[in-house]
Amino acid sequence: MATEVRFKLNGNRMQMTVEDHWTLLHLLREELGLTGTKEGCGSGECGACTVVVDGLAVNSCLYLAVDVAGKDVLTIEGLAGKDGTLHPLQKSFVENGGIQCGFCTPGMILASKALLDENPRPSEAEIKHALAGNLCRCTGYVPIFASIQAVIDQGIEEVDVVVRQSESPSD
Amino acid sequence: MRKFAYLVPKTLDQAVSLHQSHGNRAMYVAGGTDVMVKVKSGKITPDYLISLKHALGSPQLRVNSDTGELHIGSLVTHRTLETSSTIKRHYPILHDAVQHIGSVQIRNVATIGGNLVNAVPSADGAIPLIALDAVAKVYAGTGERTVDLIHFFEGPGQTVLAPGEILTEIVVPKQPAPSAGAYQKYGRREAMELPLIGVGVQLSLEQGSNRCTKARIALGVAAPTPMRSLAAEHYLVGKEITEETLGEAGKLAADESRVRDSVRGLAWYRREMVEVFVKRMGMKCLERIKEMGA
Ligand SMILES: Cc1cc2nc3c(=O)[nH]c(=O)nc-3n(C[C@H](O)[C@H](O)[C@H](O)COP(=O)(O)OP(=O)(O)OC[C@H]3O[C@@H](n4cnc5c(N)ncnc54)[C@H](O)[C@@H]3O)c2cc1C
Ligand code: FES
Ligand code: FES
Repeated sequence: MATEVRFKLNGNRMQMTVEDHWTLLHLLREELGLTGTKEGCGSGECGACTVVVDGLAVNSCLYLAVDVAGKDVLTIEGLAGKDGTLHPLQKSFVENGGIQCGFCTPGMILASKALLDENPRPSEAEIKHALAGNLCRCTGYVPIFASIQAVIDQGIEEVDVVVRQSESPSD
Repeated sequence: MRKFAYLVPKTLDQAVSLHQSHGNRAMYVAGGTDVMVKVKSGKITPDYLISLKHALGSPQLRVNSDTGELHIGSLVTHRTLETSSTIKRHYPILHDAVQHIGSVQIRNVATIGGNLVNAVPSADGAIPLIALDAVAKVYAGTGERTVDLIHFFEGPGQTVLAPGEILTEIVVPKQPAPSAGAYQKYGRREAMELPLIGVGVQLSLEQGSNRCTKARIALGVAAPTPMRSLAAEHYLVGKEITEETLGEAGKLAADESRVRDSVRGLAWYRREMVEVFVKRMGMKCLERIKEMGA
């Protein structure tokens, strides 16, 4: 059986016919050719297939494609600006060695994005808790956590700048 | 993956009648984190997956201010429970448990109802709810019935639900004050792991003293279904809660458990861990009751 679904994908309005048994991962990779989302285990264990649906990180390997009807889906392809400017997380992963083979990276970055959108200043424990479902076989995780921490630190600096500006008229 | 049709009925009655007309070729699905893993591996081969997402309406988590009862709709996700300040403050035993179920990605879609109906002996959602004396509300097409959660489970993967019946919500009665609970999911690693043993302790004390007025000791992976140690609970009631009395309760619970050897761990070790964690969780209850009073 197939169902007609409308949803948003990386900001674009989509309308397509989806087979009931397709996973979101299948829809993205095999039907739409968006191969940034990876398939590792296929069973919810590794997080390589992580995408963000309505602001929540989910495993696209277990998520039925028909269930995206009416929802907003973000994949790694939708993160950089239209002109190719990398998202701060992408840039930080590049600069801090958060990427080796890169297989886990789209999932790591999207899980981190969902975390930072919800909690812009997570503690180290909160970062680890949020990424517990994303496995990496290369980096040993330390540079991944450092990449995320660097983005948080930048954010804090930006906030500090704003604070200083807002205080300046009074002094 | 094998093909199936995905049906999304709008009402509970439609869901039940779809289930009846397709018989054992149909299966309900909520978050799908158990169902999809089994479908993908070929363990189950349903022709129809009947989603309960519309029929059950938007998931509700609320405290009834008249009765003090906590209502948890069966579609409420583990992540919603994890991030709820009410759960964290007033039902810490449930917060302890849900925050270590799978990963954020799993908890964002996996539901408490699915966890209970899936009915594995290690179901992390079941143990704290049993310790809280929760009741399951079941829609049977002909009407609603309620089942005490401790009587909900019949064996691994087996519940009292008849084919087509739907778990609609879980109701937790008001706990006598002061009380608190704690749950330990004990495994080799903290995340993404099924427990070797799950231990939940919920204690109520007399106002202003450490005398126990009510005790619940619930265990996961200690028997084919989630269980309570009545011997340990009975022992604690009326006693001062101390390391010694909790240690004794731990021994009683370990004796009463029906732990087995499995690839994850051996029975003797599980038994010892029951003893250790009943005591530790009991002490945590004391600490939490003190913090609440402070
Ligand atoms: C990687 C991974 C890690 C996991 N880690 C844990 C863990 O640490 N602890 C743990 O306890 N579990 C864990 N699980 C198991 C699973 O995520 C939970 O059991 C989850 O709560 C199931 O909910 P669901 O909504 O996804 O259920 P579904 O898969 O949708 O359904 C499960 C079963 O319940 C039935 N069902 C669902 N809702 C209803 C209803 N309202 N009425 C009647 N029948 C219903 C379905 O027919 C099916 O038989 C894990 C799973 C994965 C894939
Ligand atoms: S591929 Fe989805 S979690 Fe591993
Ligand atoms: S960089 Fe290779 S798996 Fe993480």
